[in-house]
Amino acid sequence: MSKHKIVGKPIPRYDARAKVTGSLKYADDFTLPGMLYGKVLRSIYPAAKILSIDTTEAKKLKGVKAVLTAKDVPNNETVTRFGQSTEVGKGFEGLYRVLADKKVRFMGEAVALVAAETEEIAEQALDLIKVDYEPLPGVFDPEEAMKPGAYLVGESDTNIIGEFGCSQGDVEKGFAESDIIIEDTYRVTFQDHAFMEPESGISWIDDYGVLNIRVSSQVIEHFRDVADVLGIPHNKVRYIGTIIGGGFGGKEDITVESYIALLTWYTKKPVRLVYNRDETFMCHSKRHPFVMKYKVGAKKDGKLFALEAELIGDSGGYPYLSAWVTLYATVNAAGPYVIPNVRVKADVVLTNNTFTSANRGFGAPQPNVAYESIMDELSRKLNIDPVEMRRINCITTGGALSTTGQVFNTYVAFPEAAEKAWEALGEPTESKDDNIKIGRGLAVGLMSYGRMTFLHDTSRCYVKLESDGSVLIRSGIPDLGAGQISLLCQIVAEELGVPMSKIRIYHSDTALTPLAGTTTATRQCYMSGNATLKAAREVRGRILKKAAEILNVNEGNLDIVDENVVVTYDPSQYVSLNKVVKACDSAGIELFCEAQFNAPFTPVPDLSNIRGTTHPDFTFGAQSAEVAVDIETGQVKVKKIVTCYDVGKAINKAAVEGQMEGGSIYGMGYALYEDYQLEKGVPKTVSFAEYRIPSSLDVPEVETILIESGGGLGPYGAKGIGEPACSIIAPALINAVYDAVGVRIKSLPITPDKILKALKEK
Amino acid sequence: MRKIPIKFTINGQQKEALVQSNELLINLLRDELYLTGTKYGCGIGECGACTVFVDDELVLACLTLAVTVDGKEITTIEGLAKGKELHPMQVSFLKNAAVQCGFCTPGMIMTAISLMKENPDPSEEEIREYMRGNICRCTGYTQIIKAIKEYAHNMKA
Repeated sequence: MSKHKIVGKPIPRYDARAKVTGSLKYADDFTLPGMLYGKVLRSIYPAAKILSIDTTEAKKLKGVKAVLTAKDVPNNETVTRFGQSTEVGKGFEGLYRVLADKKVRFMGEAVALVAAETEEIAEQALDLIKVDYEPLPGVFDPEEAMKPGAYLVGESDTNIIGEFGCSQGDVEKGFAESDIIIEDTYRVTFQDHAFMEPESGISWIDDYGVLNIRVSSQVIEHFRDVADVLGIPHNKVRYIGTIIGGGFGGKEDITVESYIALLTWYTKKPVRLVYNRDETFMCHSKRHPFVMKYKVGAKKDGKLFALEAELIGDSGGYPYLSAWVTLYATVNAAGPYVIPNVRVKADVVLTNNTFTSANRGFGAPQPNVAYESIMDELSRKLNIDPVEMRRINCITTGGALSTTGQVFNTYVAFPEAAEKAWEALGEPTESKDDNIKIGRGLAVGLMSYGRMTFLHDTSRCYVKLESDGSVLIRSGIPDLGAGQISLLCQIVAEELGVPMSKIRIYHSDTALTPLAGTTTATRQCYMSGNATLKAAREVRGRILKKAAEILNVNEGNLDIVDENVVVTYDPSQYVSLNKVVKACDSAGIELFCEAQFNAPFTPVPDLSNIRGTTHPDFTFGAQSAEVAVDIETGQVKVKKIVTCYDVGKAINKAAVEGQMEGGSIYGMGYALYEDYQLEKGVPKTVSFAEYRIPSSLDVPEVETILIESGGGLGPYGAKGIGEPACSIIAPALINAVYDAVGVRIKSLPITPDKILKALKEK
Repeated sequence: MRKIPIKFTINGQQKEALVQSNELLINLLRDELYLTGTKYGCGIGECGACTVFVDDELVLACLTLAVTVDGKEITTIEGLAKGKELHPMQVSFLKNAAVQCGFCTPGMIMTAISLMKENPDPSEEEIREYMRGNICRCTGYTQIIKAIKEYAHNMKA
């Protein structure tokens, strides 16, 4: 198709009207008659042995319908799986324990469940459960936890749960032959997802004994995990995924589902459970803190020559997706740079901190902070302009990642993205106050879209053209708020030549919609977009074939435009879509199709030296920022942010820009404010007052620059943008602060006190 | 606990309810009147997702006792549209792609309408200052600010 009719336009979302009127029913907006309220009793220690739990008094309380502990859970321990179809080995299957028994591993871990007639009664019942704990010393620092003789967080004889590596060339020789070497340690901290909608869901048993769970989840494939927990067949659990009030990876692991499933299973009544905000902060995953020891060598002319990186990630109390995140960090450790000699080693370690797992960016933002800080320092020391530094060193089309050697045969947007992001900053702002210093920073980066190729990822979609010319889509796709369902509608509207208003989509229901896989890994545009395109094109093909008969022309000369099948060289010749549909119907031609799209498959790599393709493709981009730093207070005001990515093709321009703007501010929060703090495993920042995310007053208008190379693997050449969008801004801000006041902050967040301390020591 | 009878107008309709003295307006709205457009985001007045009007005053329903709305007029997000016709602020949010996950949207729209009543021609800085109590994790605020600016511009024209 030469010209797109709907693709590429900034059209309003499918679900936007229901959102602005408040009529959309999120997971906690749904009630059922006779519904009970679920509550979770949480551990008050980060490390302890549970000696006994006495639920007698709680059970006696009037209105309490169930009190459950680990012994009531048919299968309290399973492994966390995310719908992948292949066995990928133990390294990628973390322990999933529903309720604490044996050892408590982090503060806030679920110990017991209550279902009661009112929320107040459920809360009172929690107070009546007596848990006898024996507090244990615990370990709270991943480097400490790695040492021999360290306190053991779990039941295994080591706290190390994942070790990864990759290398190329000869690193020792590389450093020996480098003219300049920079060596430093960078630290990044826990980041909370801080989605607006707390974890929530409701469950009930239907007329046929099937357990239904209506929940805010990025992964409806968890129906299998919940069935395994209950020890019932997978087809006796149905997940209905709601429109999600923000997830960012925080609703990728199971949240409330196992709890409400168990409570409903025992009481046979509907149960609703919504986390409080402090529960949300304390009890769900965080972004992995990393300690990153980096050494980078370069030649005098700026050419990078050697890189050695050692990463240590804090997994908190349980593995969850730690191994996967650490693999991503390993692959991303050298950034989008050509470096002949590289060695990366990454470990991820259990501690008694809040557990860590998926968070937007998934292991890409952490190393990005380290390598882009170094790149800035190198360019300053060698007196090379920051854009020139990227021109000299970035991968270009046909190049390969310096960590794994994965080759990029489609367009690599370097140095274009760096040039555009830097240029768009425009003329520097002049400071009118001697205490306010202006500075600018640049960073580039890359992040994969689509899951790791050894997971053998698939997505399916069903498209049906109804006899009245309206269209029905069924897809298991969960909508995070990024516009996932709208995207599928737009693709079908394009292919079938019908307006968006004539399309209905049923989504994320394991009983009714073909499984589309997880809304994670920036994979839905790529995976489900392609599955939908495939299904829509099949139906389109049948329409064109029939229309060709009716119009007596070659079907290659037909297009569907505004509900008419039109002869492309003579638009006065056409037949209405409705007429063709009726002709197909009476001829028994199927106007529906369920299609499956398969990502490229590769074998599971050798984790100690990962080589070759690990991901289908990557999204490349650059971000720049201008800051004003007050040298008296250390306050940083971000004046300007520019974000530039090659998105391949922006199917919905407004949605893509929204991802890039929102992603920039998500990353800006990570850089400047967000710091989930624990003191010996006790969370200290469990409210929005204590854990500050950017407000409208803190942020500048974000300028977005889209590169549309068409080189992506998604429909119409699109690439994924959701996660890449947040993964680069932090070092751009670090570099801007350095430019302003000459101090380099090496641990996030960049707080005023760190700046003042560094200024004093300068 | 003794229940207290209250009478109030909600989105133009007169209603009566029996509420406990410690019951919060957010629970009255969501659990008894099923007006779930008013969102629970934090429960302690830090996120703005439960913003509603009580007698044209902007309040956070999670910090307001239900008994205090006795004799008053409440407007929630459900009360903005006139039949199928959306409030122009809702239209502006739609048109400017100011909605992503949508969870902050009802509160955001209520606050934006309040801003326009107080200051029909705000500067960008004034908009950012006024909206700062309504937090959004998805958008980065760029499109939200644009939507409010466009609304103000259209009202002037």
